Amino acid sequence: MNPTPAVALSGVTKTFGDVEAVRGIDLELRQGEVVAFLGPNGAGKTTTIDLVLGLSRPTTGTVRVLGLEPRQAVARGLVSAVMQSGGLLKDLTVRETVAYTAALFADARPVDRVIAEAGIEDIADRRVATCSGGEQQRLRFAMALLPDPALLLLDEPTTGMDVEGRRTFWSAIRRDAGQGRTVLFATHYLEEADQYADRIVLVSRGRVVADGTGSEIKALASGRTVRATLADADIERYTEVLAALGGVDAVEVRGDTLLVHAKDSDAVARYLLTETPARDLEVTARNLEDAFLSLTGDAR
Amino acid sequence: MTTFDPTTRSTPRLGGLSPVVLRIELRRMLRNRRTVVFAMLFPAALFLSFGGQSDWADRVGHGNVAAYVMVSMGLYGAALTAASAGTAVATERALGWSRQLRLTPLNPGVYVATKALLALVLGAVAIGVVNVVGLLQGKPDMPLDVWVECALLTLLCTLVFAALGVFVGFLVPGENAMQVLGPGLAILSFLGNVFIPMDEGSTIYRVAEWTPMFGVAEISRAPLTGDLSWPAVLNAVVWLAVFVAGAAWRMSRDTARV
Repeated sequence: MNPTPAVALSGVTKTFGDVEAVRGIDLELRQGEVVAFLGPNGAGKTTTIDLVLGLSRPTTGTVRVLGLEPRQAVARGLVSAVMQSGGLLKDLTVRETVAYTAALFADARPVDRVIAEAGIEDIADRRVATCSGGEQQRLRFAMALLPDPALLLLDEPTTGMDVEGRRTFWSAIRRDAGQGRTVLFATHYLEEADQYADRIVLVSRGRVVADGTGSEIKALASGRTVRATLADADIERYTEVLAALGGVDAVEVRGDTLLVHAKDSDAVARYLLTETPARDLEVTARNLEDAFLSLTGDAR
Repeated sequence: MTTFDPTTRSTPRLGGLSPVVLRIELRRMLRNRRTVVFAMLFPAALFLSFGGQSDWADRVGHGNVAAYVMVSMGLYGAALTAASAGTAVATERALGWSRQLRLTPLNPGVYVATKALLALVLGAVAIGVVNVVGLLQGKPDMPLDVWVECALLTLLCTLVFAALGVFVGFLVPGENAMQVLGPGLAILSFLGNVFIPMDEGSTIYRVAEWTPMFGVAEISRAPLTGDLSWPAVLNAVVWLAVFVAGAAWRMSRDTARV
């Protein structure tokens, strides 16, 4: 049996006036996956999350959450989200906030149990205004878990948390994922994505630029990049040969520019200089941060 | 690993309308000391001072002057509470709470209905406070059915000010909205013949006839005075339409933030 994907985006674009926030994303998340949505600010992460939550409609393309329209999924308590900031009434107590939210769902989990699980029992009778940033974030998390969602969206979830809070938070997330909950979290911390996600989807300027496991994404970063100018009709044949060379991870053609990611950059360079009309050859070492920046096109 | 079957989940009845939410919202408003003092205790105190003057026993329609003042003060208190409940809508949007609510099954129409209901309940409390004070003081005199009719009409009229509250809340964001509405409603109440009766036919009266408190005040007191002019009804309907339109306009301008 092939279960319904937790999220299915196909050909999704979203424009705000002249600004193209999302320029065509196809993405499918399997149930129970923990996926990091990694990218710099302005990559379209929050816009995409808003589309999955049905807070806005795509300009083109379709969005399905567990096979349903996003708003249908939200109405059934199948999706919830933890937002980066705001979203709390300062004059309510922590317990009132949870009880208020619980009352809006058809079947919510017991308020006291959710409060206990989120570790906010001690502050349950305090006003939200007097809670620290980390405490407020745990409260938002408790609210998101009330409907026992199948899909949990987290937008920069650990902003404002200390190291200990971060660890507790992620162990809770991992435990839930083990029970079939799908988690998609937006982050711009590479380390967080690598450490806690089964899969990393790298987005930049409204497009998915890489999609794979943490180690696959890291492999993109190992070795070196050989860059050369190669304007030639035979380019396809050259790229085939290059792809077959030992230690070559990826071959990319961007206009007249050829990019080869390889562990054995010497072999690539030798081939390009002796067998092809390549010129302006450049060999650069890469680390994870470089890979991230080059893939996301944010190398400034 | 288990997978979720979406068909096992249901949507809430009544689009998320809930007594728990109403109770928490009510507690929240009553916890706000400014609301309690200015919208509930202050009108009662005004009634005790205006309604106890030497002419209190003079006849007005089916009752006396003290009853007339009591109905007026109930309207003033209810208008203030309803307006302050209305401003909360804008504050909640600014805080991102409305966005948070969009992550729940709560239907946006039900949200507005909940707020309107809340304004009515709070308005009823404010009217109730003034009426209880009136009863205890013992000076207001009118038949029971007139008494009840006046209270219910006053309550209906408070919706005008709930809409005004939403509108002003968007124009003057945050906690400052009530700083504008507090004195604003006091001035409108003077012009609306709520505090001190004006001389009919005077210049100020001619201007006052066009202000938002005038029509609703006439309507609220109609069962008592036995006199309801159509300009007063028109005044109330037009102002309600203006405030609802203004609130809807500002709210739609604000949707980008959801």
